[in-house]
Amino acid sequence: MSYSGLLLQLFQDALVVLIAPLLLGWVNQCRAWLQNRSGAGVLQPYRNLVKLFHKDAVLANNASPLFRFTPYILFSGMWLAAALVPVIATDLPLSPAVDVIALVGIFALARVFISLAAMDIGTAFGTLGARREMLVGFLAEPALLMVFFTASAISQSTSLVTIVETLAHRQFVLYPSLAFAAVAFVMVMLAENARIPVDNPATHLELTMIHEAMILEYSARHLALVEWASAIKLLAYITIGIALFAPWGIAEASNLEALPLALAALFLKLAVAGASLALLETLSAKLRIFRVPEYLGTAFLLAVLAMLVHFLLGA
Amino acid sequence: MSAILPLDLVSAVVVIWLALAVLGLVAQASPRFVTNFIFPLGACASLVLLAAAFSALGGTPDIAVLPLGLPDLPFHLRLDALSAFFLLLLGAASFGISLYSAGYFRTMDKGTLGLLCFEYHLFLASMVLVMLADDAYMFMVAWETMAISSYFLVTTDHKIPEIRSAGFIYLLVAHVGAIAILMCFGVLQGGHGDYTFATMRNAHLTEFWASITFFLALFGFGAKAGMLPLHVWLPEAHPAAPSPVSAMMSGIMLKTAIYGILRVSFDLLDMQLWWWGVLTMSLGLLTALYGVLFAAVQTDMKRLLAYSSIENIGIILVGIGLTLVFHAFHKDALAALAITATLYHALNHAFMKGLLFLGTGSVLHATGERNLGKLGGLIHSMPKLALLVLVGALALAGLPPLNGFVSEWLLLQAFLLSPGLPLPYLNMLVPVAAAALVLAAALAGYVMVKFYGVIFLGQPREKRIEKAHDIGIWEQLGLGWLALGCLLLGIFPVFVIFNIDHVTRTLVGQTLGSTPAQTGWLLLTPIHPERASYSPLILFAIVVIGVLFTIFVVKKFYHGRLRRGPAWDCGFPEQTARMQDTAEGFGQPIRQIFKQFFGVIREVPSPFDKKPHYHGETRDLLWDWGYLPIARLAETLSRLAGKLQHGRIPIYLLYSFVTLLALLVFVR
Repeated sequence: MSYSGLLLQLFQDALVVLIAPLLLGWVNQCRAWLQNRSGAGVLQPYRNLVKLFHKDAVLANNASPLFRFTPYILFSGMWLAAALVPVIATDLPLSPAVDVIALVGIFALARVFISLAAMDIGTAFGTLGARREMLVGFLAEPALLMVFFTASAISQSTSLVTIVETLAHRQFVLYPSLAFAAVAFVMVMLAENARIPVDNPATHLELTMIHEAMILEYSARHLALVEWASAIKLLAYITIGIALFAPWGIAEASNLEALPLALAALFLKLAVAGASLALLETLSAKLRIFRVPEYLGTAFLLAVLAMLVHFLLGA
Repeated sequence: MSAILPLDLVSAVVVIWLALAVLGLVAQASPRFVTNFIFPLGACASLVLLAAAFSALGGTPDIAVLPLGLPDLPFHLRLDALSAFFLLLLGAASFGISLYSAGYFRTMDKGTLGLLCFEYHLFLASMVLVMLADDAYMFMVAWETMAISSYFLVTTDHKIPEIRSAGFIYLLVAHVGAIAILMCFGVLQGGHGDYTFATMRNAHLTEFWASITFFLALFGFGAKAGMLPLHVWLPEAHPAAPSPVSAMMSGIMLKTAIYGILRVSFDLLDMQLWWWGVLTMSLGLLTALYGVLFAAVQTDMKRLLAYSSIENIGIILVGIGLTLVFHAFHKDALAALAITATLYHALNHAFMKGLLFLGTGSVLHATGERNLGKLGGLIHSMPKLALLVLVGALALAGLPPLNGFVSEWLLLQAFLLSPGLPLPYLNMLVPVAAAALVLAAALAGYVMVKFYGVIFLGQPREKRIEKAHDIGIWEQLGLGWLALGCLLLGIFPVFVIFNIDHVTRTLVGQTLGSTPAQTGWLLLTPIHPERASYSPLILFAIVVIGVLFTIFVVKKFYHGRLRRGPAWDCGFPEQTARMQDTAEGFGQPIRQIFKQFFGVIREVPSPFDKKPHYHGETRDLLWDWGYLPIARLAETLSRLAGKLQHGRIPIYLLYSFVTLLALLVFVR
């Protein structure tokens, strides 16, 4: 473990926590522009967090310790996930500890905890949200794993760093397996981050909500942590997408000189990805909840297909 | 030689357990003595077994011949790495279960308790003997003792008709399996008439007969393990049995079947064919998916866990199948990885499922309720139990940094490495199999959220369960041991694998390698650090540090004011406990998506019903399509045979006369 690697790791840890709300603000702003609204500005998520941190927390009478503890688990889990993705540099001292399978495990851990917390108060909406979240999860998680397996099959490794290094050094042509995997990944990302077409982060409509239904009972600091964790999760997913499907510009080894360039590349890619996400959300309509399994099933099959294509064509 | 051999210690444990069994019968007049003395003593014997098995793991096989048995057929004992590993599993899991039993059986009435104590310890001893047996004769004796003692344990509450019929199904499947195992040994001895395992190891079978042996073993042991389509006894027997017995059957007894499959296919048979592996893997995948889907729609908490056991047995079978494929193609490093994952999962499952079954026992004791639809909110009245069961539920859901994740991680690594097999079709099959496996693993998370959430979280669905009392000290000790096991097995995988390596070496001739020496004990690197690495300890530490750091920062910069109020629930004024999802409700999406696989019977009331009645039931289609036709056929045949019987002497004399004539005509 090198000294500069440690420094880089700390830098990335701080960076992901701090810019995650910015990314969310950017997505919301882009969406507002696309919908002919003026929008609240890219800094609105920060204001929301500050506001929430100033409020008094209200807990339901029968909230258990699990309910109060979950936001912290969620926050640190998502933070860990985002901190592990080699997105500025590939020399991260923590990355050998967690490979892609473990990364999916961390997402699953967070999902299970938030679902349990949603069931804790025992309201109709909470359990409804938990059930739907687990429904989305059990289909999205295998699809995500299969996307990762395709990338691992190409690079002969499940370590994210090795995957990124291998993919970044390949010839720049369209690989059919990666193309399938990319489509599947985008579908999973939308579902996992509670975006349209699976969920709508902007409404509290009982017939459709998933994520919002689960966090209805949270308030003040707990809600702030949950919201922040969701923002970090979105950032983590987008950076994973970048690392897998657009790994150019990421600094290799502990090359501090390449860092400014890598940072610039990262911000550019995040801006493009955020705008595309907003466009995607504006262009599509929310699916009925009964259609969600089909949607995710498609993503799962696409990911399996990606892996089969890799074995068939070797590409 | 003055040193005490591990085999002597293990035999001593068997003797102690048998003695405790008899003592339980003798001392049944004093239930206090039985629960406070015999069960804890049995637990101490488990610890001795654990230590002996641990020391035997790395040693050379011990052999002994007992002067017991029939005149010409003495009992042969052998303690090698494979037996030692499963004995270690037995000792570790039964220690927790016996401690728990000391508290759990406190309220049982005198006569039943004495018998139960007898059967319980006999069951334990017979399982040890199954793993020590070195000849088919002793194996079958121990195997049948195990089946019968567990039958009596299952039917402890034999006054209830459902429990009697559950016991009958169990006994029936166990014996169908036992016949297959007996035939398997019959083929294995290859006509020498010598039934010791030593002879069987040296016998050379043709490919055809080796395949017959393997499938007889898979069928016979699969019946005990709960492999599809022989799984039907599990969801019946587990809810019927007292919880510590369910824990023991699911945690340990199912593993004796896994032991049997490994013993026959890797030790006694001298060849492994690749298509055995493909078949085992396919069966395992079907079993895993079937089990987890049915677990998701159960409403009885013990049935849910029984189906989850079927799922885990499926995962273990997938591991065995993968090992067979690799081993047949002489990819020994991969075979070592797959078999390590398999054994690891078997060990994990003993801890996780033991913990959860015991947890349901405590819930049952405190509330008298097994139906998920009537529980809820127990985290408030039983906080200690809730915490310990949470560990088990997270582990069974396969989440890092607990133990269930490690074995699934290893198995997935084995899958990812498998391309490169000489048969292209097989390479195609592997991604599909991996996809099915991760689907099953993800569904396990769904099942565990349902299990934990409906029992422990939310509001109590019935008034009376609010007053449930928390668990006592014996229960805490037993559950705590198993929960600690789940955590430690998850955090220190390198140590565990280092010890499993002894077994791997004897089974497939290679080990995962000296990874602890190369990369330190922190990182789990089954193949090469570049390939894959995982460090649960670091992960665990980071999450803990992250949580503490966040709590610290929030405490420091935030006023921390907190109010309690009624739940918000989007401002709905009327909120009752009945509005929460029931077990049926939580399983509804699964029932909806996979409805082809379930036999769903629904009675939905019409909107005008004065007294609306809703009834939903999910039936096992294999039962309707597979078992009932067989039962009907058997009934028809016996009715036909029954026509011969009239109970009148002249007719029987006529039969004898006709038979005699026929014999005279044909034999001459």
